[in-house]
Amino acid sequence: MTGRPIIHRSPMPGLGLSMGITLTMLSLVVLLPIGALLLKGATYGAEGVWETVNRERVWAALFLSFRLSLFAALFNLVFGVLLAWVLMRYRFWGRRLLDAAVDLPFALPTAVAGIALTALYAPNGMFGALAQQMGWKIAYSQWGIFLALVFVGLPFVTRTVQPVIEEIDREVEEASATLGATRLHTLRHVILPMLAPAALTGFALSLARAVGEYGSVIFIAGNIPLVTEIAPLLIVIQLEEFNYDAAAAIGIAMLLISFAMLLVINLIQVWSRRRIGHV
Amino acid sequence: MSDIAPIRFRAPTEETPLARRAMIGLAVAGIAVLVLAPLLVVFAEALSRGIGAALASLASRDALSAIRLTLLIAAISVPLNAAFGIAAAWFITKFDFRGKAFLITLIDLPFSVSPVVAGLCIVLMFGANSVLGGWLVASGFPIVFALPGIILATMFVTFPFVARELIPVMIEQGRAEEEAALTLGASGWRTFWTVTLPNIRWALLYGVLLCNARAMGEFGAVAVVSGKIRGQTATMPITIEMLYNEYLSVAAFSLAAVLTLLALLTLLLKTALEIRHADQLSTTHRH
Repeated sequence: MTGRPIIHRSPMPGLGLSMGITLTMLSLVVLLPIGALLLKGATYGAEGVWETVNRERVWAALFLSFRLSLFAALFNLVFGVLLAWVLMRYRFWGRRLLDAAVDLPFALPTAVAGIALTALYAPNGMFGALAQQMGWKIAYSQWGIFLALVFVGLPFVTRTVQPVIEEIDREVEEASATLGATRLHTLRHVILPMLAPAALTGFALSLARAVGEYGSVIFIAGNIPLVTEIAPLLIVIQLEEFNYDAAAAIGIAMLLISFAMLLVINLIQVWSRRRIGHV
Repeated sequence: MSDIAPIRFRAPTEETPLARRAMIGLAVAGIAVLVLAPLLVVFAEALSRGIGAALASLASRDALSAIRLTLLIAAISVPLNAAFGIAAAWFITKFDFRGKAFLITLIDLPFSVSPVVAGLCIVLMFGANSVLGGWLVASGFPIVFALPGIILATMFVTFPFVARELIPVMIEQGRAEEEAALTLGASGWRTFWTVTLPNIRWALLYGVLLCNARAMGEFGAVAVVSGKIRGQTATMPITIEMLYNEYLSVAAFSLAAVLTLLALLTLLLKTALEIRHADQLSTTHRH
């Protein structure tokens, strides 16, 4: 009995070289460092990790990071779908510019985004002063964190939904209209379900990005323990105090959260492929 | 000629003009407030004391050394990641093997790991308190709080960029052209240089552009591994943070403006590629 070969024979050249470079660099740059973190956790022990994580300040930071990331990703889900629809279906002056501007959060360094948002929304900033007159504090509060997380996650949903809108067959919409559906009914019951898997993928990507975000948040957050201190900042603080065990414990908790989210993203994609044939 | 105004029908597959205008308005207003306002504020703050003050702060020793360091890091880490991306895309698209999907997931892994956790991983592996790091420091080749660590951290966070652009394009193009070249007697390298590379050059450029923008702007991972030594391991984003925390607003925003110009240039080139070479980019970029 012969099993399926691990690598099929192929006339293509360069198997050894390309496989060698791929696996060596992947191991050196990504897998070994992540392994070092997991190993540190293993030597520290599950109890040690739990003891570090199970403190009020750590729970508060993890909960804050996750909760605000969820809100920001939800905002980006709604706004991202709207943006994708406007960009794909309407022709108006400045559409190209708007399309290019969507990608700015990907291209702009997070530290730059952080100080720019802070300058804008601080009490002496343009929008911040306006908000303060209405008794609303944005920078140095959880609103500021929310805003920074919306900024960094903004492009994900739009970029995953746009190709799906492009592929929608107009005949489906025509059929729906012919059968007497109002436009709103068609949008809600025909179009949105088709966009749902891609939108969910974008939502999950936006969420994953927000949970780990550091650069754009720390300037605007105020960083008050228990109130506006995010989980990545807590790792940086522990490292600055050379408290490697504690940093590793929080790092492992965050790594597990990201692995879980990665799993969910993959499940959504499998589900969407089954449902509509593409992602 | 009749005086009757032409009756305009709205296609049943279109929204009412009012709804359409409202949605465009919302989208434009949202992007203006969320994205364009922060962009403009960078330049407004940088130029708040005149262009002379901005340029003078860029000519300072710390700023110049930060710019030099950031360019050096990009010049090393981007070509390395491009080489990895090409090798990985070749391996994944030209051969059939078990565990391919898992390998792609592993390559994508850095996208779902927090940059701070990435930096932490590198500190734990190569820091002075680890076995390997202790030995490296003792033999005069420190990685953490030095250039190699920053490069490793940068490579970690930008790792998937090039491979991710190339893999879908190379899957779509298939293997037929390479097989033809090989059948006609071309060597493996010749096939790569004259058949594959011209086919993937725009996708490669696209990936390199995104990789470079992220490499020059990375903050979280670098902040953890660099040690933030002024004049030595302080990259442009790190220097921006230091200046900002010292209330040197003009200097911080001037350096930020340089990075913002780079981001705008990246977007411009990226959009140009999407318009002119859409057929040679991965399908998600065609619109």
